[in-house]
Amino acid sequence: MRIDSIPKLEKWRKKCQREYNSRKRKIFVCLGEACLANGSAEVYDEFKKELKKRKLSDVQVESAIKTGCHGFCALGPLVIIEPEGTFYTKVKVKNVAEIVEKTIKNHEVIDRLLYKDKKTKERIAEYGKIPFYEKQQRISLRNVGTIDPYKISDYIAVGGYTALSKALTDMSPKQVIDEVSKSKLRGRGGGGFSTGRKWATCAKVDDEPRYVICNGDEGDPGAFMDRTTMGSDPHSVLEGMILCAFGIGSTQGYIYVREEYPLAVVTLQNAIDEARDSGILGDNILGTDFCFDIKINRGGGAFVCGESSALMKSIAGEVGEPRAKYVRSVVKGLNDKPTVLNNVETFATIPVIIDKGAKWFAKIGTKTSTGTKVFSLAGKINNTGLVEVPMGISLREIVYDIGGGIPKGRKFKAVQTGGPSGGCLPAEKLDLKVDFDSLTEAGSMMGSGGMIIMDDRTCMVEIARYFLSFLVQESCGKCVPCREGLYQLHKICAKICEGQGTMEDIELMEKMSLTIQKASLCGLGQSGPNPLLSTLMYFKDEFITHVKDKKCPAGVCRDLIKFVITDDCTGCMACIKVCPVDAITGEKKKIHILDQELCTQCGSCFDICKFDSIEIK
Amino acid sequence: MTPDVKQIQKIIDQHHGDKSALITVLQDLQRKFNYIPPEGVTATAKALDVPLSKVYSVATFYSTFSLVPRGEKIIRICQGTACHIKGADLIQEQIEAGLNIKAGETSSDMKYTLEVVNCVGVCAMAPAVLVNDKMHGNVRCEKALKLVK
Repeated sequence: MRIDSIPKLEKWRKKCQREYNSRKRKIFVCLGEACLANGSAEVYDEFKKELKKRKLSDVQVESAIKTGCHGFCALGPLVIIEPEGTFYTKVKVKNVAEIVEKTIKNHEVIDRLLYKDKKTKERIAEYGKIPFYEKQQRISLRNVGTIDPYKISDYIAVGGYTALSKALTDMSPKQVIDEVSKSKLRGRGGGGFSTGRKWATCAKVDDEPRYVICNGDEGDPGAFMDRTTMGSDPHSVLEGMILCAFGIGSTQGYIYVREEYPLAVVTLQNAIDEARDSGILGDNILGTDFCFDIKINRGGGAFVCGESSALMKSIAGEVGEPRAKYVRSVVKGLNDKPTVLNNVETFATIPVIIDKGAKWFAKIGTKTSTGTKVFSLAGKINNTGLVEVPMGISLREIVYDIGGGIPKGRKFKAVQTGGPSGGCLPAEKLDLKVDFDSLTEAGSMMGSGGMIIMDDRTCMVEIARYFLSFLVQESCGKCVPCREGLYQLHKICAKICEGQGTMEDIELMEKMSLTIQKASLCGLGQSGPNPLLSTLMYFKDEFITHVKDKKCPAGVCRDLIKFVITDDCTGCMACIKVCPVDAITGEKKKIHILDQELCTQCGSCFDICKFDSIEIK
Repeated sequence: MTPDVKQIQKIIDQHHGDKSALITVLQDLQRKFNYIPPEGVTATAKALDVPLSKVYSVATFYSTFSLVPRGEKIIRICQGTACHIKGADLIQEQIEAGLNIKAGETSSDMKYTLEVVNCVGVCAMAPAVLVNDKMHGNVRCEKALKLVK
C-alpha cells in the first residue's frame, strides 16, 4: 500500500495502533543474536504452537511477538509478558507450556523463571524494577525489544515516522538542521563532532548530488549496539537518514554494514523494501516533491573501513584506504561530492530530537555532551548487555549498579572504552563522569561505546599487546608510521610479555607512540598507540614487574608463570576435568598433582578452583 | 566443485558492468563457490572493465575474501576484546591442535577451514565461535573441539 499524503499516513497509523493494541496481552520473545544462540527461535515457535493449540480467547496467536534484542544478553532467551511486564529469563522450550498455562491463562507468576538479584537474592517480577533497566533511559534504543523489526506497522504504531511527517508539514530543511544543531547532539561513532554543524556545512556546499551515509561498520571489538539497533529497530535508522536527506537536500543514501552482521543486512533490507512500498522512501515521499532512496553496501571485513574516507572508497568498490583530509568529506566525500556520514546510533536518535524538540533533548546529559549514550557492557562483569544511560553518569554506576559488579567476587581492575583507539581506566577513575570530554581527558575516549570490564585476572601488558596486534593486522599499510611503527610497538610489547624486555624498551615505546600519533595519516594510526599509552599511564608498575621481576601478577603471560597446587586442595577433581592437556592427575579427596612438563599455563584450573588451592608462582 | 564458467558469468552479469559493484560481485561469487575462483577474478575484471590488478588488490585487501577453496565447515573463532579476555586464545589452541591446522588454513581432506575474526558482536556471550554461521556462545575451552567437529 503506497501512502501518498501525510494525512493518509496518520490515518494508517491509527489502524496500525488498533492492530498493535488489539493484542491485549503480548508475549515478547527476544530474537537478538545472543538469545538466538541460546535457542530463542525455538522458544518463539513453541509459543505459537502452544497458543494455537489452546486458542485462548484474549490471547491471539499473533501475540507472540518476535522482537530484537532486549539488551540483557547475559540471561537469554528472554521473554516479557505485557501489560504486566513480567520478565522471564533463560526460558527453554520445555517452559513454554507452563508459561501459557500459568502466566497467560491464570495470571500466575512463575517464580523460578524470574530474574534473581545477585546482591539481595530476591526475585524481581517486573522488568522495569530490575536494577539493570532501572537506571537506563532509552532514546536510541526506544523501540528495541518492543516491536517486531520486520513490521513497519509496529514501528508506525509506536509513533514511528511522526518526526518525518512533522518535518514535511511544518518545517523547512533549514529548520530541521537548526533543530539538530540546537540539540547539541554529537556524533555517536566516537569522534563526537557536532552533528548539526556537519549537516549545516554540507548543506551550504554548492555542489550536487549530496549523499547521506550511515556508518554501520561497527568494527570496534567489544561494541555491539549498532548491530542491535540495525537488527531490532531498523526504521529508526532509516527515519534519521531521511530527515538528514531532507535537511541537506540529498536524494541518495547508503548504509554500510559489516560483513560479520548478516542478520542486520536482512532486517535493514526488509525495512527499506517496506518503506519503499509504503511511499516513505523513493520518489515523492508521502506525496511531496522530496525524493530519497537508500542502498545497502556490505563491507568486506576491514576495520579501517570504519574511517569515513576509507568507508567511502569501499562503497565506490575500491580498496578501503583512507586519504589525507585536507578537504573534508562534507565538501568532497563519496565520488568527490558533498557527503554527510553519521553512525547508526546518531541517526536513530534524530527522529526523537525532531519529534520532541531540541530543548527536551539538550536537558538530558551534561552541558557539552547532551542526551544519552548506548554502551555495550562485556568482559568480566555480571550483567553483560546493552545499556543506554544519560551522559554524565559515573563509571561506578555503570559497572556496579547496572552491571552488577564483577563475577566470582573478583576485583575490578580496569575498564576499557573506545576500542582499539581508546584506553584502559583503572579503579581510581571509577567516579569519572562519562562524557566525550572527560573520557578523552582521562586518556581514553568515548569511541562507539564498547565497555569491556577487566578483573585482576587480566594482564594489562598483555591487553596492550592484544590491541597492538589487532591494529597491526588491520593497518591498511598506506602510511609508514602506522604500518611500521605499530608493528615495532607490538614486537617490543610481546617481548616484554615473554620476559625479555628492558626498561629502555618501555621508554622507546613511549617515544615511538608520540611519533605515530603525530605522523599517521588517519585516525587508526593517530589513535593506535592510545591503548598502550593509557595502560602505561595507569599500570606502569605491571610493565616494570614484567621487565624487572620477570613475573606476571595476573597470571596470564605464560613464559613468566607457573601454576602450583597447594596443600589446601580438597580433591574435588574439578581441575582435572577442565585441564585441556590432561596435566593434572589424582583421586577424589586426595591432593591432586600437576605435571609441570605437560602444563601449558592456560589457567583453566586456576579459574575453576573454588578453594583457592591453585597458586600462580 | 569445479566452478562453472556460465554460473560465474551469470552472477557477474547481474551487476550490469557497474564498476562500483566490484566488492558486491566478489561477495556474490564467494557466497556461491565458498571462495573466489581464479576464473571469477578474470571474468569480473573483464565485465566491469577494470584492470585485473585492481580486482586482485580488492580481493586480497578485505579479510573475508578467500582466493583458495575452503573446507566444508568454516570455523571462525572470535578474537574480539571480550572474547580475548575470556580465553579465546585457549580455545584457538585447542581447535588448532585438534584439527591439526593453524588459523587461516584448511585441512587436507577439505573438511575444515579455521579462521579468526575480530569481533562478531556477541560480546555478551564471550567467548564465541561460529561454525558455518551458527553461533556458539560461552564456549568452554575443554569442549571447544567437540563443538566444531
